[in-house]
Amino acid sequence: MNGRSAAARLSVHMSARTEQAGAPVSDLAERRKRDARRRRLTVNALRVLVGVVILGSWELTTRLGWVDVFFWSQPSAIAAKLWLWITQGTDLGPLWEQVLVTMEETVGGFVVGSILGVIFGVALGRSRLLSDVLGVYIKGANAIPRVVLGALFAVALGLDIRAKIATAAVLVFFVVFFNAFQGVREVDRNLIANARILGASDRQLTTEILIPSALSWIVASLHTSFGLALVGAVVGELFGATQGLGELIYSAKNNFDTAGVFAGMALLAAMALVAEALITALENRLIKWRPPVATETRI
Amino acid sequence: MAPAIELRGVTKRFLTPSGAIHTALRDLNMAVEPGEFCAVVGPTGCGKSTTLALISGLEPASEGEVDVFGKPVDGIEDGIGYVFQADAVFPWKTVLENVAAGPRYKGTSNRDALERARDWISRVGLSGFEDRYPYQLSGGMRKRVALAQSLINGPRILLMDEPFSALDVQTRSLMENELLALWAASSASVVFVTHDLEEAISLSDRVFVITAGPGTVKSTYKVDLPRPRNVAEIRFQPRFAEIYEEIWKDLKDEVLVSYERQKRSGAA
Repeated sequence: MNGRSAAARLSVHMSARTEQAGAPVSDLAERRKRDARRRRLTVNALRVLVGVVILGSWELTTRLGWVDVFFWSQPSAIAAKLWLWITQGTDLGPLWEQVLVTMEETVGGFVVGSILGVIFGVALGRSRLLSDVLGVYIKGANAIPRVVLGALFAVALGLDIRAKIATAAVLVFFVVFFNAFQGVREVDRNLIANARILGASDRQLTTEILIPSALSWIVASLHTSFGLALVGAVVGELFGATQGLGELIYSAKNNFDTAGVFAGMALLAAMALVAEALITALENRLIKWRPPVATETRI
Repeated sequence: MAPAIELRGVTKRFLTPSGAIHTALRDLNMAVEPGEFCAVVGPTGCGKSTTLALISGLEPASEGEVDVFGKPVDGIEDGIGYVFQADAVFPWKTVLENVAAGPRYKGTSNRDALERARDWISRVGLSGFEDRYPYQLSGGMRKRVALAQSLINGPRILLMDEPFSALDVQTRSLMENELLALWAASSASVVFVTHDLEEAISLSDRVFVITAGPGTVKSTYKVDLPRPRNVAEIRFQPRFAEIYEEIWKDLKDEVLVSYERQKRSGAA
């Protein structure tokens, strides 16, 4: 250990000297790349370790009888349940169908809610009168726990996908709305003045200045709101559905099948992670004009 | 021939956030001839920038008349360019898109706008940077983009609000020379607001000294230095020093008044 850290110190020392002496840049770049690779490896190893510790202690404590398997299930049972679902299907039909249904509801609600949120956010951000008149209602609507609307939608729209999309959209709408509104409000006054001097019409001002400027706020809100769309879809299913991951969890709960509940949760988490990655990719595409985060530019 | 810009008895009041009335300009008179390069100097907070906002039509005057080419200003009109003190290039547009914005807003087809933008980009010395985003440029380069963005519209009046104040000294005198060259090739009248008297004299035909706020024109000085000028060298001419001394005597009092006021409001 001592020898290695001494060697590390030495190499740091040497590299500092070679940098000063103007050593070939490629050496430095190569070394930085190696460091980055090593770091990634360490991070991934630690990630696996954390997972193993959590799952392992869960498995162990339930096996030793310290924690009741009936209430808290255990990783091996959950894995077995997942495997059973994958190979033999669920009580509600093939697993992929349940995933697909919930995904449709989530994405549908996410898209509808985001679009409405952006439209209303930009409109109210643009118009002082609109925001003064409607602001109080929107704040009021935001203050009530909106998931209960799921019950209303289940009655009004029936058991099909529309009720779930509506529930998810309501949850998404407010998050995106407030961000779009704030984004439009915070546009640099100089940019507006400049665009107007250059001859931009009101419409061009909205599409070329306000929306792009608000976009970083809006996209940031999409990370949170996709999770909310998932909540909306699952809650919508709890209020009445024939298919979907929420319904799967609900029926597992009714059978006191805690492994089934956890297995459903694991699938939802996996969906959310995939969506998160997609939204990040979208963010990087839409906002490529933003300077990269400092840690990324470090060679 | 009517002056390019004429302000007669102009007063501008603002409502401060606390509800008090702040008078930025009081009974200001000023005229700029076509093709003339005028500088406006004055202490901080004397309403220099407000003057530009009135001429551009971004703000209406509270009292008095503002005429541009003999016509009263009513809102933002064609033929005016404005280079802001802060960065006002659009961060989500590339250099090319930024420069092409003006013609596009005015209804030029996309292809023509881009073609003209390329031309202007090369005129301000940014060829090769067309596809960069503003965050990838230095402060001086962003100012060049802002200049091209304004000049591409062929303004008859160019308003500049301390455009180079954020640049380092070397970049600044480079930009000043380029501005003079670009101005010489156009027939635009320029109103150049600055707090730097040296900059004002080396660039302009005439210098307006504004009093400590509420601002009004205290005096006007003609700068009879020959053109074309090299701003980096003109400062060494004896005549430059004479003009500087003359104007500074006038400006100093206003700067002191403004300084005393700031100190008092700081202490209060």
